[in-house]
Amino acid sequence: MLTMIGKRLMFAIPSLIGVVIVTFLLTRALPGDPAAYFAGPAATKEAVEQIRKKLGLDRPLIEQFLRYTNDLAHGDFGNSLTTGQPVATEIRNRLPASAELTLLGLIVSIVIAIPLGVLAATRPGSWIDHLCRITTTAGVSLPVFFTGLVLVYVFYFQLGWSPAPLGRLDVFYSAPPTVTGFYLIDTLIARDFEAWRSALSQLVLPATTLAIFSLAPIARMTRASMLAVLASEFVRTARASGLSPTTVIVTYAFRNAMLPVITTLSMVFSFLLGANVLVEKVFAWPGIGSYAVEALISSDFAPVQGFVLTMAVMYVLLNLVIDILYGVIDPRVRLEG
Amino acid sequence: MKRRDFLKSVSGLAAGAALPAVPQVISSAYADARSETLLIVSEGGPNNLDIHGVGTNVPGYEVSWNCYDRLISHEMKAGPGGVPYYDRDKFKGELAEEFKIDDMSVTFKLKKNAKFHDGTPVTAKDVKWSLDRAVSVGGFPTFQMSAGSLTKPEQFVVIDDYTVRVDFLKKDRLTVPDLAVIVPCIVNSELVKKNASEKDPWGLEFTKQQTAGSGAYKVTKWTAGTEVIMERNEDWVGGPLPKIKRVIWRMVPQAGNRRALLERGDADISYELPFKDFQEMKANGKLNVVSLPFSNGIQYIGMNVTKPPFDNVKVRQAIAYALPYQKIMDAVLFGLGNPMFGAPADKATEVAWPQPHKYNTDMEKAKALLAEAGYANGFETTISFDLNFAGVNEPLCVLVQESLAQLGIKTTINKVPGANWRTELNKKEMPLFTNVFSGWLDYPEYFFYWCYHGNNSVFNTMSYKSAEMDKLIDGARTSAATGDKAAYDTDVKGFVDLAFTDVPRIPLYQPFVNVAMQKNISGYQYWFHRRLDYRALAKG
Repeated sequence: MLTMIGKRLMFAIPSLIGVVIVTFLLTRALPGDPAAYFAGPAATKEAVEQIRKKLGLDRPLIEQFLRYTNDLAHGDFGNSLTTGQPVATEIRNRLPASAELTLLGLIVSIVIAIPLGVLAATRPGSWIDHLCRITTTAGVSLPVFFTGLVLVYVFYFQLGWSPAPLGRLDVFYSAPPTVTGFYLIDTLIARDFEAWRSALSQLVLPATTLAIFSLAPIARMTRASMLAVLASEFVRTARASGLSPTTVIVTYAFRNAMLPVITTLSMVFSFLLGANVLVEKVFAWPGIGSYAVEALISSDFAPVQGFVLTMAVMYVLLNLVIDILYGVIDPRVRLEG
Repeated sequence: MKRRDFLKSVSGLAAGAALPAVPQVISSAYADARSETLLIVSEGGPNNLDIHGVGTNVPGYEVSWNCYDRLISHEMKAGPGGVPYYDRDKFKGELAEEFKIDDMSVTFKLKKNAKFHDGTPVTAKDVKWSLDRAVSVGGFPTFQMSAGSLTKPEQFVVIDDYTVRVDFLKKDRLTVPDLAVIVPCIVNSELVKKNASEKDPWGLEFTKQQTAGSGAYKVTKWTAGTEVIMERNEDWVGGPLPKIKRVIWRMVPQAGNRRALLERGDADISYELPFKDFQEMKANGKLNVVSLPFSNGIQYIGMNVTKPPFDNVKVRQAIAYALPYQKIMDAVLFGLGNPMFGAPADKATEVAWPQPHKYNTDMEKAKALLAEAGYANGFETTISFDLNFAGVNEPLCVLVQESLAQLGIKTTINKVPGANWRTELNKKEMPLFTNVFSGWLDYPEYFFYWCYHGNNSVFNTMSYKSAEMDKLIDGARTSAATGDKAAYDTDVKGFVDLAFTDVPRIPLYQPFVNVAMQKNISGYQYWFHRRLDYRALAKG
């Protein structure tokens, strides 16, 4: 197992180097001149040049790149010009916000989609199969920001059930001391139950928005893979041997149907990180998605590079976790590895 | 049966996942905090708490305005609709107890009880250090100081601990007003020097993250891009103690949500909403919506006069007759702007800026002028705009495109990303574009100096050069400084007339700054910088 992890990590190094080079070049190729942007509305040509010098943008590209990689090696991601903060600190502060939201959205989605998919597969053509089809089609065809806005409009503006879409906590609660960065966990550690409730109620709408979006692929994949497994010979044998339907479905069929579902989950997780950008905008969520977009709009290189790099590292880790999960579910993968 | 059990357990799980929204528990402490706290929601937040910093954005100016004091500030007068509006010509002391303007200098006596947030008294050496800093750091602050002929540290002289003299470089009517803008704020010099380094002698890194002033508020928490929390400075002596104890300023990127927050009564104040929203909120009357014209500001269509076809004055006049002015007012602004067109033909030019020009939408005249210029069949061109203000600019450009098509002019719309806009303006290559300019100092010659003078500043976006124009502008600046009213009036009328006959840029309207607030919020004041002044606001 350990050698496999080591090997996978080794393979990841070249792709990370590639990511560093490509993001560096891409951000430099962006139209727009950060020096002119940050010199302010009333800048003269000299003022723009002064700023360019201060930012080190007057140097040749290769020198800028060497300095950038050198800083990276020292754990320095540079400074964001739009927010004025070091990128590493910002990402560290914002990543948990995005992760908490995405994970919760994914969990909600799994809890609904997998049973729905399994049920639809065991009774194809029944009402539950149609329900599955309708929900998934609807979920995937609604753009996330639209679902988000509709939810805000209905549950906050019209009904008043949900709190104001103002980020992770109600404005009058203070954030819990950071342990994990996940407010749901940190508030419990701090034993601040009122804040826990506030954090949870703030999470409900954005997490639901993400869940609705991600229902479709998970449910469809579960259904398809369950159908295939249920039609296979070992299930027929199990049924013929008089095993109870639950044992057949859960122990035999479901475990075998899990592999493609896990693969889909990893893909869905990556989509969700992308979809997050819009959800974060709608719910004023202080996550990394909205941070990266704002940086991109103002040609702010450092956060964009930091964001892409963080994402690349996360994908590498995610793929690793998925590979390990394969091994847990399917002994054949373990043997081959 | 077994299958049914499975179903049951699954639906139970699903119900558990869809957690019901928890209604807000309102404890009494919570309600108290609410009544003394102002919750502001806006699209963007500051990137730097110090206006002297590199690339501080406009929301950062709001922090500086409320957390730092200046030597002097403006008095208020009744503005349009009875809303308090800053009085361009009347000054009052903020840190200065009294000030005396002489022929070639102005002397300030400081309030002896003024203290910085950390308790150290505000003295003359802080004033000198801060003003030296403003003229030395480079970039925007230095540029703004130079607009009032404040360029050298030697101009700021410490007389004693509580007296400072500012020497004039030359006679300039804008020197004293320039000491009342946001930039010449007084910084706690000892505190900042302690945190400065060799590489950063003015301590910009330190003041970026925290306020080091003597102002009415101090920043207690700032999470960039998320929120700014400010608390009242109980020892403020710059004016009467503000009524609002705490200001929470949250960034809410979605305009629709900002409106929802206002209408539900959760947020107290918001700006930067689409005009349509302001218009609707005004109409339904649940909130107070204040709309006031930008002082010394105009949205215009500019033309590059160095290149054909716009180097021909007849073409420019033809365009001025072809613009759909009224449609822009109705469909883009929903009436929230002052028209700057269609003045009656016999109206005399005033000594004022902005004032409307005499062009109106008249396609026949436009066609005739275009034919005279030799473009009877029209031409092809590109109209550019800044995507950061797409809400106004995009529909505006579409209307212009539609209107010009009637003259046979084919226009392609070029959307320039915000980050790129300034670069594009600086290149001065766009043939046709729309933009806004507004000056902090509300004087006609100031506007014209930046926008029409042949020294070709970045705001002379048309690259317009005219010896006659330069003579009039320079003349007005000199006569304003010496107080020669008659000469000044002739020159101002002269340059306004010339700007309208030569039309390198066509003024469309004077934009409004719109602010929506709850009915229980009072004390809103309009300032030249168009941001909020929390010190005058009250709740309840």
